[in-house]
Amino acid sequence: MVVQTDIAQFDSIALDSGATLTPVEIAYETYGHLNPEKSNAILVTHAFTGDAHAAGISHDTGKPGWWDNMIGPGKAFDTDRYFVICSNVLGGCQGTTGPASINPATSKPYALSFPVITIRDMVRLQRMLVLSLGIKRLLSVAGGSMGGMQALEWAVSYPEMVLACIPVATTWRHSAQQIAFNEVGRQAIMADPDWNQGDYYESKPPARGLAVARMVGHITYMSDESMREKFGRRLREKEKFGFDFGVDFEVESYLRYRGSQFVSRFDANSYLYITKAEDYFDLANGTGALVDAFRTVQTRFLVISFTSDWLYPSYQSQEIVRVLRKLNGDVAFCDLPSNYGHDAFLVDIAEQSELVRGFLASTARTARAA
Amino acid sequence: MATPAIESPRVSLEQRPDFNFIASIIEPATRVLDLGCGQGEVLAWLTEHKHVLARGVEISPSLVRKAISRGVSVYQGDIDEGLADYPDGAFDYVILSQTLQETRSPLKVVSEMLRVGNRAIISFPNFGHWNVRWSMLFTGQAPKTKLFPYDWYNSPNIHFLSIQDFESLCEEHHFPVEKRYFLSGSSPVTVLPNLMAQTAVFVLGPKQQDD
Repeated sequence: MVVQTDIAQFDSIALDSGATLTPVEIAYETYGHLNPEKSNAILVTHAFTGDAHAAGISHDTGKPGWWDNMIGPGKAFDTDRYFVICSNVLGGCQGTTGPASINPATSKPYALSFPVITIRDMVRLQRMLVLSLGIKRLLSVAGGSMGGMQALEWAVSYPEMVLACIPVATTWRHSAQQIAFNEVGRQAIMADPDWNQGDYYESKPPARGLAVARMVGHITYMSDESMREKFGRRLREKEKFGFDFGVDFEVESYLRYRGSQFVSRFDANSYLYITKAEDYFDLANGTGALVDAFRTVQTRFLVISFTSDWLYPSYQSQEIVRVLRKLNGDVAFCDLPSNYGHDAFLVDIAEQSELVRGFLASTARTARAA
Repeated sequence: MATPAIESPRVSLEQRPDFNFIASIIEPATRVLDLGCGQGEVLAWLTEHKHVLARGVEISPSLVRKAISRGVSVYQGDIDEGLADYPDGAFDYVILSQTLQETRSPLKVVSEMLRVGNRAIISFPNFGHWNVRWSMLFTGQAPKTKLFPYDWYNSPNIHFLSIQDFESLCEEHHFPVEKRYFLSGSSPVTVLPNLMAQTAVFVLGPKQQDD
């Protein structure tokens, strides 16, 4: 399945910060076919550095999508039955308007003049896209990590538009630990002299800072066990220590590779904006009373966490589940055993597929019966 | 942290002696919570045939996975702790099938069932059955029978109770018993149930206004 990314444009979007973006573009892909009743649409929302290319083979890059093992004919998000949409988030750098986009007022990239955005702003723009496709109600919104935050925000902000919500390996508010790791990433970028207060689009990007930020990120996505299995203390192309500060260990080589690779596909300012949006995310708006956020929500939920995920630990998912139970909501929950840490939602697919497939099928049955 | 749960051998619905009775007393289009619901077979059946609003709690992740994959909304959690979150009267029926003897605090579980549900349906293997008594009397060892097939050291059963024990509990704590149903194999037992019945099913409730 070769797929292409489309762009939708809207006149403007009003943001939580009070600012307005004029105009705004959103990159998106779709898979499968929208049925005549327009009742089989599923929005898949991506994690921090993901993009609109969730499934199939990209026409431009030849690469498979980030959730290709979950989306496609006969897969968990079965494109023979469902119409799946994925878009790049607001503030991103893969087709949707973000800090690297040209500000029409100045004909230069926004850089730090780009307004600070929130998860709710991302969802607001997704809603504009969904409505423009003629879809009034989504069968489901599903996503992992920051994608899960968007899925939850959808259910809370537009409950009438979301029949079922699948938040995976996520949280209802960013914790101190999550904010702390994001701040280390931001500081790494801003400490790079090439960052130049965000004004680097006509010179060279803060590649070293961005690479370090990504290295930290990658550590948080794995687990002690998965790193031990993958790298152990193995040396990289040598028999003994180099007694210098070059690469000795496999794990160093891996992190350096991942860091440098990331620089070629991600904008450092987007890193700052998106991590800030994650850190501001709190479904209870600082009240601590999550129950109020969900009070009028009729959406069904399938909440999934992974046992070795220490970045978005299971207790955060269980807090969501408990609140939904207090409200006598329709919620299924499973803490799937996995060694892969936070990455599990992208790589540990078999059991996750089983859950999603059954949950979507019963949601579709309920929808037909209603 | 948690020790892996011992999974009871699961049998098909038709082979479960209490199933027909449970299925027969649940009114259509009601709200049903099944505690220790396993793979969700009962809930799936009730959803399909009685159009109930089905919810389940199960501790084993692999069983939860199977239940969710058949479309039942099941929560992975502990029965002993899990009920506290539900509001009063959230369900018409709360089912506890063959699991009471595995809970840490059976009394608390039964009280909680009657708080969150209008009726509680509780089935359990009868430790007063003659076969159990016989086994204990003649071997001098913890009884191992068809009903209690485990060795004492790996049994999921941590509280053993007879039908008489359960009757006493209900009387002492003013749990209203609406129906009783006793089985030997799949046949009803009417005489000397505490001696003759292998399985007991009690329906408690409906809840009184003042509790």
